[in-house]
Amino acid sequence: MSSEVVSELLREAIVKLAASGRRADGRAPDEVRPLKIEKNYVNTAEGSARVKLGNTDVLVGVKINTGVPYPDTPNSGVLTTSAELIPMASPTFESGPPSPTAIELARVVDRGIRETKTVDLDKLCIVPKEKVWVLFIDIHILDYDGNLFDASSYGTLAALSSAKLPGSKIGGEDRPLPVDHWPVSITAAKLRDTIVFDPGLDEERIADARLTVATDENGDIRAMQKGLRGSFSYDEVRKVIATARTLGNGIREIIRQ
Amino acid sequence: MSDFDATRHVVIPGELIDSRGSKPGEGTYAEDGHVYAAKLGIVDLREGLVSVIPLGGRYMPRADDEVIGQVVDLGPSHWLLDINAPYPAPLHATESPWRVDFGDTGRYMHIGDSAICRILQVDETKRVQCTMQDSELHKIEGGQIVEVSHSKVPRIIGKDGSMIQLIKSFTKVQGFVGQNGRIWIDGNPEDVMIATRVIKLIEEHAQAVGLTEAVNAFLKDAYAGRA
Amino acid sequence: MENIEHIPKEIQLVDDSGRRLDGRRLDELRPIRIEAGVLKRPDGSAYIEWGGNRVLAAVYGPREAHPRHLQDPARALVQCRYNMAPFSVSDRKRPGPDRRSVEISKVTSEAFSAVVFTEQFPRTSVDVYIEVLQADAGTRCAGITAASVALADAGIPMRDLIASCASGKIAGQVALDLNKEEDNFGDADCPMAVVARTGEIVLLQMDGHLTEDEFDRAMKLSMDAARRLNEMQRDALRRRYAATAMDETLGGDAP
Repeated sequence: MSSEVVSELLREAIVKLAASGRRADGRAPDEVRPLKIEKNYVNTAEGSARVKLGNTDVLVGVKINTGVPYPDTPNSGVLTTSAELIPMASPTFESGPPSPTAIELARVVDRGIRETKTVDLDKLCIVPKEKVWVLFIDIHILDYDGNLFDASSYGTLAALSSAKLPGSKIGGEDRPLPVDHWPVSITAAKLRDTIVFDPGLDEERIADARLTVATDENGDIRAMQKGLRGSFSYDEVRKVIATARTLGNGIREIIRQ
Repeated sequence: MSDFDATRHVVIPGELIDSRGSKPGEGTYAEDGHVYAAKLGIVDLREGLVSVIPLGGRYMPRADDEVIGQVVDLGPSHWLLDINAPYPAPLHATESPWRVDFGDTGRYMHIGDSAICRILQVDETKRVQCTMQDSELHKIEGGQIVEVSHSKVPRIIGKDGSMIQLIKSFTKVQGFVGQNGRIWIDGNPEDVMIATRVIKLIEEHAQAVGLTEAVNAFLKDAYAGRA
Repeated sequence: MENIEHIPKEIQLVDDSGRRLDGRRLDELRPIRIEAGVLKRPDGSAYIEWGGNRVLAAVYGPREAHPRHLQDPARALVQCRYNMAPFSVSDRKRPGPDRRSVEISKVTSEAFSAVVFTEQFPRTSVDVYIEVLQADAGTRCAGITAASVALADAGIPMRDLIASCASGKIAGQVALDLNKEEDNFGDADCPMAVVARTGEIVLLQMDGHLTEDEFDRAMKLSMDAARRLNEMQRDALRRRYAATAMDETLGGDAP
């Protein structure tokens, strides 16, 4: 990813505005942009969803096929997550091998699914030690206007929750991929001393620190990731968690529709 | 006050726009005595010259345009400005309002700073020269810069400046509209935010019928119930 | 076109009344829908649904060409990158360019170089991105048709739009716009792209087996279809900039 020069003016303007409880697009500090989800967007994938979070546009595809298990987990399915920041999504995205940003994005979304057992890989065994279900989650960023973490994780959850295990490929029947948990991530950005949620592109570019928190349907914390070079106080972290829980509940309803 | 003519016909590259011998102007090309559109836009015919006013596209610098540039690099005797165009604009120390010693450019402007400057000339290879030597040209301090598609600048200024005046009358901000689509606004944060949103509104709905009335309504609403 | 040695006897690509597997006649295009200006960041963009194909196209430029040594001092480069998303095909495709994508990118760049007024922007690059989200044969034609619209949407000066489609041969008969099964089990496929007004051919590829006469008939089918495609392209661009009443659009923008 090549960097763009951020104007000092832009930084000061956004920070000042945020300090007075306002944001450039009129949102409140804890307001999320409009979220639109279209499930089963591509018929060539076993599960898919196109997500628009404000103008950030992400398409997630889930391809499921049979395959060999890893030797150290012979009775578990296999899950791999990758992300592509395709050049059309932003003038700063270059074609080529995945950048550290793309890799971090894929790994954070992956952990959000794997460690939460959103999909229980132990349920994806077909023939022990020989054949299991292999899931490929591919996150395709189409238009970048801030907050790829949340948009990508909503897309992934929506795609998984509407995916089908192609049982007909092995002489059985297609059935829904079992989804056991619904972790929803909410990202906060710290703009000098103010914290805003679902940062837009400009806010993200000038943020000092970033914190993503995923909470589940019971209100428990399931994943966290702090980024950028600034810091949060413990109090700030607790506040982010509380807001993430509230906002997450609203988002979860939209994803489950 | 006349609104943008909504009935003017949008032409598409390759479309025939004139066969009566008009001269091909900007955004068009001629072939076998016919003039065709080269860009997506609105046809403009005056005094035998037919051109296409583009609906989009990147800003191309032209001599005498006043623009807002952002410093992206500097050398011992110049700054390199990004003017939101396919070409950067080097600003030589001798064209600045200061007496700059060799190697001292960083003292006056550094990377990330913005300035209002004027394009002096653009040669055939599209190398740009600009200047800051003029009373109305200066380094920008304070306020905020909004970026819009340069093709929307005329709409934001309005006929005889009517739209910009409308915005200023409600928000009381001061500002400068660069030909390259960058607009500087200064005032108190609340008013700057409203002015910014109005500008973005105009950019998005530039083609719409009733835009001026809608902007009026938006501003009235925004300032309703204030002392 | 894949090499299929075993063609199931049950598959009859064209029945006795001249209808294909999906019900089309030999000279019919699949259903097509084009939208211009669908993404926010790029300078221009377009989206096309063509039968089972879903393709996005976007343009950035003209912008400074990087790396520097590739710059042309006299004109803009037109660089096209065609890519298929991993989930766009039934057997997942590994991310990243494969040889087929690189070749399609090259011939597409060359097609657009024939119409863009590149001398107006020395040392720059016009970058065209074609992303296949869902594939059903004919993706390069869909991509080029959409990318043409995206270039116009981006305000790039061009002689004309380019329309692209393919004709081929199935069950011994010349047919327009092959879908995935027809491409797999057919006898020939010939994608092409033309400059709308003049009919100049800027892209032409062919694989399979055609007599000269069959080739002429295939090209005629494609040229006719290209005219219809061009109408759809122009319609998409006009709709994008149609004057709308402010009432409908003010909606959520009020403070």
